[in-house]
Amino acid sequence: MLLYLFLPFCLIAQSKLDSVQHIDEVRITAAKTSAKAIIPAQQLEGAQLKALNSFSVADAIRYFAGVQLKDYGGVGGLKTVDIRSMGTNHMGVFYDGIQLGNAQNGQIDLGKFSLDNIESISLYNGQKSDIFQPARDYGSSGSVYLRFRRPHFSQQEKQHLKATFRTGSFDLVNPSFLYERKLSETVSASVNTEYIYSSGKYKFRYKRVLPGSNEVAYDTTAIRKNGDIYAFRAEAGLYGRINEGNWELKAYFYDSERGIPGAIVNNRWMNAQRQWDTNFFVQGGARKVLTDKYDVMLKFKFASDRMRYLNPDTTLMYIDNTFRQGEAYVSLAQKYAITGFWDVSLSTDFQLNLLESDLDDMVYPTRNSTLIALATAIDLGKIKAQASILATLINEKITSGKNTANQAGSAPNKEEFTPAVFFSYAPFAAQNLSFRAFYKHIFRMPTFNDLYYTDIGNIQLQPEFTHQYNLGLKYSKSYEQQTLAHWELQLDGYYNEVRNKIVAVPKGSGMYRWMMMNLGKVEIRGLDVSSKAVFHLPRNVLFHVKGTYTYQKAQDFTRRKNPELEKITWGGQIPYIPWHSGSLIVSGSYQNWQLNYSFIYVGERYHNSANIRENYEQPWYTNDMSLLKNFSLKESNLKVALEVSNLLSQDYEVVLNYPMPKRNYKITLTFEL
Amino acid sequence: MIGLLSVLILFSCRDDVELFTADNIDVDTGETGEYRGFYLLNEGNMGSNKSTLDFYDFETGTYKRNIYAEVNPNVPKELGDVGNDLQVYGSKLYAVINVSNKVEVLDAQTAVRIGQIEIPNCRYIRFHGKYAYVTSYAGPVEINPDYTQLGFVAKVDTATLQVVGKCLVGFQPDELAIANGKIYVANSGGYMGSGSTENYERTVSVIDLESFTEEKRIDVDYNLHRIRADKRGNLWVSSRGDYKELPSRLFFIDAEKQVVTDTIDVPVSSWWQHGDSLYVCSVSWSYITFSNEITYAVVNTQTREVVTRNFISDGSEQQIEIPYGVMVHPEKGDIFLADAGNYVTPGMLYCFDRDGTRKWSVRTGDIPAHFALIKTND
Repeated sequence: MLLYLFLPFCLIAQSKLDSVQHIDEVRITAAKTSAKAIIPAQQLEGAQLKALNSFSVADAIRYFAGVQLKDYGGVGGLKTVDIRSMGTNHMGVFYDGIQLGNAQNGQIDLGKFSLDNIESISLYNGQKSDIFQPARDYGSSGSVYLRFRRPHFSQQEKQHLKATFRTGSFDLVNPSFLYERKLSETVSASVNTEYIYSSGKYKFRYKRVLPGSNEVAYDTTAIRKNGDIYAFRAEAGLYGRINEGNWELKAYFYDSERGIPGAIVNNRWMNAQRQWDTNFFVQGGARKVLTDKYDVMLKFKFASDRMRYLNPDTTLMYIDNTFRQGEAYVSLAQKYAITGFWDVSLSTDFQLNLLESDLDDMVYPTRNSTLIALATAIDLGKIKAQASILATLINEKITSGKNTANQAGSAPNKEEFTPAVFFSYAPFAAQNLSFRAFYKHIFRMPTFNDLYYTDIGNIQLQPEFTHQYNLGLKYSKSYEQQTLAHWELQLDGYYNEVRNKIVAVPKGSGMYRWMMMNLGKVEIRGLDVSSKAVFHLPRNVLFHVKGTYTYQKAQDFTRRKNPELEKITWGGQIPYIPWHSGSLIVSGSYQNWQLNYSFIYVGERYHNSANIRENYEQPWYTNDMSLLKNFSLKESNLKVALEVSNLLSQDYEVVLNYPMPKRNYKITLTFEL
Repeated sequence: MIGLLSVLILFSCRDDVELFTADNIDVDTGETGEYRGFYLLNEGNMGSNKSTLDFYDFETGTYKRNIYAEVNPNVPKELGDVGNDLQVYGSKLYAVINVSNKVEVLDAQTAVRIGQIEIPNCRYIRFHGKYAYVTSYAGPVEINPDYTQLGFVAKVDTATLQVVGKCLVGFQPDELAIANGKIYVANSGGYMGSGSTENYERTVSVIDLESFTEEKRIDVDYNLHRIRADKRGNLWVSSRGDYKELPSRLFFIDAEKQVVTDTIDVPVSSWWQHGDSLYVCSVSWSYITFSNEITYAVVNTQTREVVTRNFISDGSEQQIEIPYGVMVHPEKGDIFLADAGNYVTPGMLYCFDRDGTRKWSVRTGDIPAHFALIKTND
């Protein structure tokens, strides 16, 4: 079966769509992602990315339209991303082109990925509208691609060295080191390590006033504890060019220990839970133009993750559980150009996931996923269109875990066929105006926890489906010799549905027992606006401005047994999704100086879908500033960056009872050779 | 765009967060009697810090929702996280707030805060003489890697609110009952049994009130939860079952023999003693229908027979999601039933007359659960 799927189909003739791309392989991949996708990504890259006071990918991603970040606070706090209100499990995160997996709970903690050495972050709604990609890239409702720095050497260069040291509030110590070496004309290597320590201590304040009089009811300031983190990351990569193609191989290792600071509740201002993570993976890929019409791309990954959770608090239930996950993945993508304007592709992926734990009464599940994506793309100049269909075949098995007396069996096999259609139309050759539309139907699989976790797991769970309808436009204009050198605007309106939403339902009697069920339904109507402008002022002062605005009406239409209770939640805005949110980045540069200002606004929202006074959350917003100075030395370069975050020292919470830091500072020194 | 954002900044400024003030909802016509009203403690989902206190005033027919913060504006982070029990004793109201590790002590008539009793992982409270007795899961810790932590009963002076003694019992003790000069404690072993049923506790600890020491254990069944003494000093104990094959069930301990002499096939989640009638609500998960099966039973504690398996007569039971607390008006026999819904959004309180016909309903806080009746001031 598998072999058959990998069989290439046809090997003939010329592909015009790709002919430009073979010249300089090193740059191509970068150009390719944005050039080939018929609906462009929202992207942060290079200087723009550095202009943000962002420590992790999660912080940076807040500047995209349509995205909401759940941030539990601090350097080590969990940070997950929700794209267009469909839920964090619907977001695929791709690390240098291969998806990061977490079959256990489906959550990728983007706080764990530092911005050190990230070249670009791209966000695609629906999927990257490029048909030459692995089948897995078709498999999420939205995707974030993290692209890391690759070695680029000029003719004379042999090696690069970059050393960074960052320190500041929360007792942060964060050195990192990058070494790149040209091994031969066609092969180069890089090694990158980073260490993070932070005590995670910060002051937070709860102040309440009496309604009407505004007299202080209580005003308490305390220090966030047990938010400490230690993390070490090491990566190595080999990058090579072959005739009409390229290959790369990466190894990644991450080890961390962190406190889980927990919710701040009355009479309990500290928690003791801890978590250890060790992640290791090796991934690689190669692409080659076999004939002028036929391209192939091979990717693979092996990952091994270990997570240990400890509750040492003797007044509570003692918990010390370790979970191990393994993943093996291989993908073959093939693209064939039928004519100069018409491509077809077939991608076949195979993936194996397994989970083992020492949790009582939890089985060891193994999931085999076969993904086959058939896609086609047409480029008629003004009109570009793509259509794809993804077949997902899932087969699961279980073996006995620790004390698993009551095995309920494994989840039944699943076969899903899900389509996507993308379309773009640029009516005027002279104007940079394009319209776009897409429809996508996709799902997320229930996670291993949803299916098998002791007591709450439910093997009968169906996948959680989404339907997305999007209409949008992009307009851009550049001017010669004017103060306003360039501006662009992107606007998208959308309607999304989440059906069969997996929710925890109270089960049986007492003691907070739950069961996972496919009960929820959410409808999302939204508008994403993003724009940017570049200003050239006299004396070589350069200004970049980037702004986003998001409107989302994300309503809970989950049926309830009790009609009176249903009335309270029916049509309610789902938890933590603001109706209005936005961001603004302004950066100005003058000679070796750069001054940046960034702003995040999250409007009023409710912390659950009963949109009543008790659950109301006020808007919050943060203002961040940073100042950078570049010192060019003979052969090297030194950069100093000073950052102030939450300038107004606003006391806010993103998640109920998880207070965020007040004003805080960072200083970064970067030395490059 | 920038303009839009500036507008957002200007007009959506973050104000100081206002303290929550109570809602008053008229649900019925007022009536006077021996009882002035009742408090209802909403547990609030864990980590939400949303345990709230509601009050229903029989005299005015007004339901006052979420009164704690208004009455006690100066308590940081209000009532706390996960209310687990509510009792009135003398002039005081005692709210056991489990995750907040405290028993909140309020004036019974006004709900004005008097103080708090610090007891980690506290569960249930009962009284005798000058003392309150509180169960807790968090016994002392020994330096021994294999040590598993026993629970205890704390003896609290109700005048000083100080813990004056502790008596170790079984693992994870839940409800307690005081009768015949003894404290009977239902041990659950709830932290121990998830792997195999045999690891649950299956005993009631018997503590002598005078010496405050554990005298013996009475074997009942796995994972005990609730315990009440009837008029004759006999004890009714409920087992939660193991959530798998072993169902929740009701047991009878004879006062004289001090052993289980009878058992009734009724699952128990919450209950209320009304004379010789035990009103029992239960929710048990069925792996066959993949839904909760709910019973509303009345057990006669004298004849030890099930009087009815559905005390609601008008069909309303079809709509209730999770009955989580029940109370019966001592004089009128009106039945008050709390529906905890989906645990994360507000629940409902239903009032039925003694025949089980619905009179009114009102929205509560999250997870409405525990009732405490207040007598009219003389």
